[in-house]
Amino acid sequence: MSKILKNSELDVSIANNIVSETLNNCDDGELYLEDSKSEAIVLDDNKIKSSSYNSNLGYGLRAITDDVVAYSHSSDLTKKSLNESSKNLKSTLSSSKGTYNSEIKKTNKKYYSEQDPIEAKNFKSKIEILNQVNEYLRKKDSSVKQVTATMLGEHKSIEIIRSGGEILTDERPLVRFNVSVMLEKNGRKETAVYGIGGRQNYDAYLKEANWKNVCDEALRIASVNLNSKPAPAGEMQVVLGPGWPAILIHEAVGHGLEGDFNRKKTSAFHNLVGQRVASEGVTIIDDGTLENRRGSLSIDDEGTPTEKTILIENGILKNFMQDRLNARLMNTRSTGNGRRESYKHVVMPRMRNTIMLNGNHTQEEMIKSVKKGIFAVSFGGGQVDITSGKFVFNCTEAYEIIDGKVGSPIKGATLIGDGPSALKEVLMVGDDMMLDPGIGTCGKAGQGVPVGVGQPSLLINKMTVGGTQL
Amino acid sequence: MLKFSNNLGDIVDHCISKTKKKGATDVEVALIKNTSETVSFRNKKLDESNRAENIGLSLAAYINKKKTIVSSSNLKNGNLEKLIDRCIDAAKITPDDEFNSLPDKELLFKSSKELDLLDNTHLENSKKIEYLKEAEEVAFRNPEIVNTNGSSFSESKTEVIIGNSKGFKNGYKTSNFTAYCEVVSKSNGNMERDYEYTSKRHFENLLKPVELGSNAAKFAIRKLKPQKINSGKFNVIFDKRISKNFLNYFSNAITGSSIYKGTSFLKDKLNKKIFSEKINITDRGDIERGNGSKYFDNEGVQIKNLSLVKNGVLNDYLIDTYYGKKLNLSSNGRSGGTTNLYFENGDQELKDLMNSNEKIFYITETIGHGTNIVTGDYSVGAAGIMIENGEFTYPVSEVTIAGNLSDMFKRVILANDLQFNYSINSPSMLIEDITVAGK
Repeated sequence: MSKILKNSELDVSIANNIVSETLNNCDDGELYLEDSKSEAIVLDDNKIKSSSYNSNLGYGLRAITDDVVAYSHSSDLTKKSLNESSKNLKSTLSSSKGTYNSEIKKTNKKYYSEQDPIEAKNFKSKIEILNQVNEYLRKKDSSVKQVTATMLGEHKSIEIIRSGGEILTDERPLVRFNVSVMLEKNGRKETAVYGIGGRQNYDAYLKEANWKNVCDEALRIASVNLNSKPAPAGEMQVVLGPGWPAILIHEAVGHGLEGDFNRKKTSAFHNLVGQRVASEGVTIIDDGTLENRRGSLSIDDEGTPTEKTILIENGILKNFMQDRLNARLMNTRSTGNGRRESYKHVVMPRMRNTIMLNGNHTQEEMIKSVKKGIFAVSFGGGQVDITSGKFVFNCTEAYEIIDGKVGSPIKGATLIGDGPSALKEVLMVGDDMMLDPGIGTCGKAGQGVPVGVGQPSLLINKMTVGGTQL
Repeated sequence: MLKFSNNLGDIVDHCISKTKKKGATDVEVALIKNTSETVSFRNKKLDESNRAENIGLSLAAYINKKKTIVSSSNLKNGNLEKLIDRCIDAAKITPDDEFNSLPDKELLFKSSKELDLLDNTHLENSKKIEYLKEAEEVAFRNPEIVNTNGSSFSESKTEVIIGNSKGFKNGYKTSNFTAYCEVVSKSNGNMERDYEYTSKRHFENLLKPVELGSNAAKFAIRKLKPQKINSGKFNVIFDKRISKNFLNYFSNAITGSSIYKGTSFLKDKLNKKIFSEKINITDRGDIERGNGSKYFDNEGVQIKNLSLVKNGVLNDYLIDTYYGKKLNLSSNGRSGGTTNLYFENGDQELKDLMNSNEKIFYITETIGHGTNIVTGDYSVGAAGIMIENGEFTYPVSEVTIAGNLSDMFKRVILANDLQFNYSINSPSMLIEDITVAGK
């Protein structure tokens, strides 16, 4: 049963025929249908600055032979358009002689409900919360000069029609609430952003205590930064706080363990399976099965159920993250990491919730052991060069550590390291694992997908801190 | 007279009249249609082909000073009707904002010279593959090049139509051809990647495949066996690929929204000197075949040519209708940002800049998003090549550079090697005395 096609001009049996005929002699492929709705309500500069609603309907037809992918997508869900796509694919793969593997294992496990967050809460009450956020922050601290608060809601229905007529479906809710504040005091300005979100209705995240906590956190970080001094420059020891700083793991090793880069041998990790890539005690997983988390998926965008994949176990590289294409070419199985931003995009192996598991040290112990270094609590974004392994991430809240004690806050600085060696420099793994608050979006080859990260506190022996003070 | 498709124009008309009928006092509609074909090529064969056909409609309904926006890729009549209803319902309960309005009629686009933004050339995929094959073959002639991250060639045609209830309706078509080649070099255990990229309105203006492949190879090879240098202060030359990023930070800092809200390190700098007097920055939308050229902005407003920085002095902001009203300025056609933005040429040869000190760090790559537009604080990862006595010596990687943009802007010195390769362009740039963090 295709819910999406039922409301369209395209008959499901016609679609099935086109799919089966197109994929004849191909190794893999499917018709991907998407019906998504999203809204964004922004309060900015004391006013509801914008409210927008978007609905998208489209398909992507994909055919794969050996390692060649032909893809055609359109927002025109009609027989005519699908036939054109089919023709385009067939002309691209003119000499295909593969064997279609129709088998996709099923678990029928769901990690979130099917609810539509946009409809579950009325527009007026969303505006009310945004106005309360604005008032609360401006009342709380007179140095608050700007408040921007954003509510983003999304509901995405996807259907995957395989050759032979099997249909796999998923309904994905997603919300995110963000607050950004700018403070001005004694001629100095600083901003900070904090947010929460996940795959539930707004109400799960926006009870009064929740949104106040988001406001308080943004305000706290901005206030800390008002008193920050220039950051140091050079190599030193770094203590990372738990939770969101795990974008270090996402950048330093996560991307390098995605199947495509390893199949193509362009990742710095491609020949390191079975070898030590991190200190003993470091275990990293990529988990799509955590309930209601931003990076979780019941099935990936090829229909494969997600799972908890062990990437690094006690320092040894165990597995890559795979979609169907790269798994087949590397003689392994898909780990349910095949994802795409929308019907306009091809599938690639992507992370879900990437997490370092607990060790047995305390954060206090780590800080005490550092003579000169920094304590990084909160981060902006990060980036990595897969091939050379060099990665960066930007601190948005950090402090100097001198002789085992946390000192003054320091200005935002970029930290740079080398992926394959960074995790071998881990001296202590904390016992305080925390997941991020549900705000991450990962970009790869122009596609953004929601992801999660998590880690305990970490002590890293050596990273380059990109400050200005020599 | 600009040309656009009648059937798309009819959809715009239909949406405007329907929305007015349902109670809107004003309406603005933007319709964008895009078709594109991309092929990727890797290790001597086709890797991926991608054909796209997209249409997107965005509709803003005003009920006096209340405004909401809906957008969709589903233009079926039933769906449009639902969207318009939803938009009106939401607008009714959205709070007033006195600055919400359509652009002033006299600012709307009237006429322009022909900009030659459409090349109807259609390349069969086999032709695209031929181009990429040649580029890759050239790159692989170098023994250090051991792998490829793939090359791609993309051809796209876009049509944009904007209409509003003040009677404005206009549109035009553009084309874009893009080729990209990324290769991997290897020496002992060290792998490096780099790329070359070319993007033009007209096919004939693209780099030839030979140049694309040989440049990508040359860039990837010169990064091999990098060293990490000791932390210190360095004079830094930014390669043209990187120096243009400073124009991005500059334009973010002078958009109406950040100026009005005060979230910019360039607030209150109008008519003040922010660069040395040798520096001029221009943004113009009317360059023939220009990558950033447009006939009008996202609201249909005529695009003024702006001399944003003249002899080092900040002359203008980037203003759309909404922030124009807030700042008591007129829109200068920058809803949607800059058009063709560039630093005008400096008066020195790149070679002279390279010889201006015994030791200069030449930066070919930055990584990360460490730019804070509010404070101007800047800290990014960097890689490049050390210049000693005017000659390139060894590659450098895994370092960072940091400073504050207000201070760095004042010390910008430009070479005279400006080329119009992108929509934002800069000559090579020297900034002295930058903190580099390494070992």
